[in-house]
Amino acid sequence: MNFEYALRLGDNSLILGQRLAEWLGHSPALEEDIASANISLDLIGQARLWLTLAGRLEGRGRDEDALAYLREEREFRNCTLVELPNGDFAFTVVRRVLFDAYHGLLLERLALSGDADLAAIAAKSKKEVDYHRRHSADWVIRLGDGTEESHRRAQAALDALWNYTHEFFVPDAVDPGAAELHAPWLADVRSILAEATLQVPADGKFLSTGRQGVHSEHLGYLLAEMQVLHRAHPGAKW
Amino acid sequence: MSTSEKEWPLWEVFIRSKQGLDHKHCGSLHAPDAKMAIRLARDVYTRRSEGVSIWVVPSNAITAADPAERESFVDPMADKIFRHPTFYELPDEVKHM
Repeated sequence: MNFEYALRLGDNSLILGQRLAEWLGHSPALEEDIASANISLDLIGQARLWLTLAGRLEGRGRDEDALAYLREEREFRNCTLVELPNGDFAFTVVRRVLFDAYHGLLLERLALSGDADLAAIAAKSKKEVDYHRRHSADWVIRLGDGTEESHRRAQAALDALWNYTHEFFVPDAVDPGAAELHAPWLADVRSILAEATLQVPADGKFLSTGRQGVHSEHLGYLLAEMQVLHRAHPGAKW
Repeated sequence: MSTSEKEWPLWEVFIRSKQGLDHKHCGSLHAPDAKMAIRLARDVYTRRSEGVSIWVVPSNAITAADPAERESFVDPMADKIFRHPTFYELPDEVKHM
């Protein structure tokens, strides 16, 4: 485990958690509002653990707040998929299922690590993410295999999101083993999509680069909203 | 579709807070189907680990006693103290009574 790798894990959870929090008060039903908030808080809780660990590994005295609130867009290491705007509810749950399936496999692998800190955070997070995946898969199946309109929206979301998933599995210096998760992820996602009667899109050549810090135009706006309070009132407490 | 058909059906939620206790009614929620109702009940009613087991029942499957029949239905029970097990002393070891 190194600083860069811990940042990727923390930033994925932090940015997706922030996106999900945007559903508060806007979900299709009160019940779903609470579910989104729960999952958002799970993810932000995970981000705190990973960013704290990252700060310790870096050894320059940055804590979770310094890393979450005082980094610039180019310093964020989340994959591009999690920063895309929520779109409609179908887009939100299709994005979630693609990420949750990957996230669960990744944490499962990390929980076996010999590094005790890393394994403990991964094992704790894995339990939460297993539930996230069930929740998002249930919704994708209901929307895909629902009405003509819900099917159309779910398929459109899947078509738009599919090529952003390639980034999960591209090996690089920080994560040389990234490709190993591709086959199990594809098997899991295919089975969910088959039950949802959704077509797996063809792989395109587009490759997003969020993990390298080169993000979509959307992340800057997200960070502006997420960071404004801390930057305006450094160290503010509730 | 009428509005009522567009809305998710209502479910009654029963939670067992500990092994060995009964499920207790704790509220209701809207959900599209039974499985989703369980998922949502988990988030709405057990967020602070209030429960180990959840049941959901469609609200329209519940038949309630008619409040108008109260006089004949409930009142005659009130004055028959011999039906109440109040003449026993319960040992402290017996819990959950």
